[in-house]
Amino acid sequence: MASGVKPRVKVPKSASAGEAIVIKTLISHPMESGQRKDSSGNPIPRSIINRFTCEFNGQSVIDVTMEPAISTNPYFEFEATVPEAGEFVFTWYDDDGSVYNDNKAITV
Amino acid sequence: MKYKSLTALAALAISAPMVFAGGADDDTMVINGDTEMVTKATAPAHMENVSEVISGWHFRSDETQALQLDDFDNPGMIAVDQALDAWNTVEGSAEKSCASCHEGPESMKGVRAVYPKWNEGAGEVRTLAMQINDCRTNQMGAEAYKYDSSPMAAMEALISVQSRGMPVNVAIDGPVAETWEQGKELYYTRTGQLELSCANCHEDNYGNYIRADHLSQGQINGFPTYRLKNAKLNTVHGRFKGCVRDTRAETYSPGSPEFVALELYVASRGNGLSVEGPSVRN
Repeated sequence: MASGVKPRVKVPKSASAGEAIVIKTLISHPMESGQRKDSSGNPIPRSIINRFTCEFNGQSVIDVTMEPAISTNPYFEFEATVPEAGEFVFTWYDDDGSVYNDNKAITV
Repeated sequence: MKYKSLTALAALAISAPMVFAGGADDDTMVINGDTEMVTKATAPAHMENVSEVISGWHFRSDETQALQLDDFDNPGMIAVDQALDAWNTVEGSAEKSCASCHEGPESMKGVRAVYPKWNEGAGEVRTLAMQINDCRTNQMGAEAYKYDSSPMAAMEALISVQSRGMPVNVAIDGPVAETWEQGKELYYTRTGQLELSCANCHEDNYGNYIRADHLSQGQINGFPTYRLKNAKLNTVHGRFKGCVRDTRAETYSPGSPEFVALELYVASRGNGLSVEGPSVRN
């Protein structure tokens, strides 16, 4: 069970139609790989974010599968073109079944 | 082809001194595109051997500098978020959180700029960390944070960020004068097998190389500092300990009276620089 998980997203508040905007996302998460052992030699169970998606008005923008070699606090930066005003929905899926959400509206 | 490689060499020759010089650069620091920071200032009157105080930010590479310019890119801000949760969490026998007395963390505006300072009630010089722990133990009835632990660094970062951009203005006269003198004494005292004082590196040789890295002036206006080296926030006393250890000496412990005095003295050397915490360094 990961604690202190907090998603953060940066999206411009407005853009012109068809413009490519830069989106930055970060989620604080330990991303425990499952390969490490604790001080008494027992393996520490894997606990990572295994999937990250971004949708715009119901349409998929990006869908990422993550593997255990990814560092703590995974950060994604990508571009998206904005055809119309709407809302970006960001979703992170944790190994323990938790789902973290963030939404950002954008005007054209 | 030959011409091309020749010009490439020439370009390298011109740019090389700038890349390898290691001194303070002339960039300006503007955080989030709106908060302009003072990163160079006339040295406070009490400093005899330095005419200009310079933030450690100027001694870092452009890539490292950029990390501090945007709160989203600054990894130290993750700790600020975590401390904000801690700020609102009720702990201890008094069933209080920081917010119970202080309301929002905005009420801490200006605090970081004047610490360490004299506490009349306790009759001692207090650092921010000591004050946080005093609140935790006496007001909240909660367990004190370990002096240089991550939760402590995060709480300091949350408090620092409220004062960001304000000039450091630590008092050195009145009741703190004695402690300040003690701190100054420590600053100029050589320690360890290498027989180095703080001043040997950070006053005599800032801008020069120490092995593969540039020496800064050792300013602490940016603390707590997110270091790329250990990927976490570091406290002032943690850094002091690392420095003294590097002189191959037995170090004082974080939170000891010696380090409190040294923190007061070193903080006063940065009077006039903006509070940067949480800053990003190597």
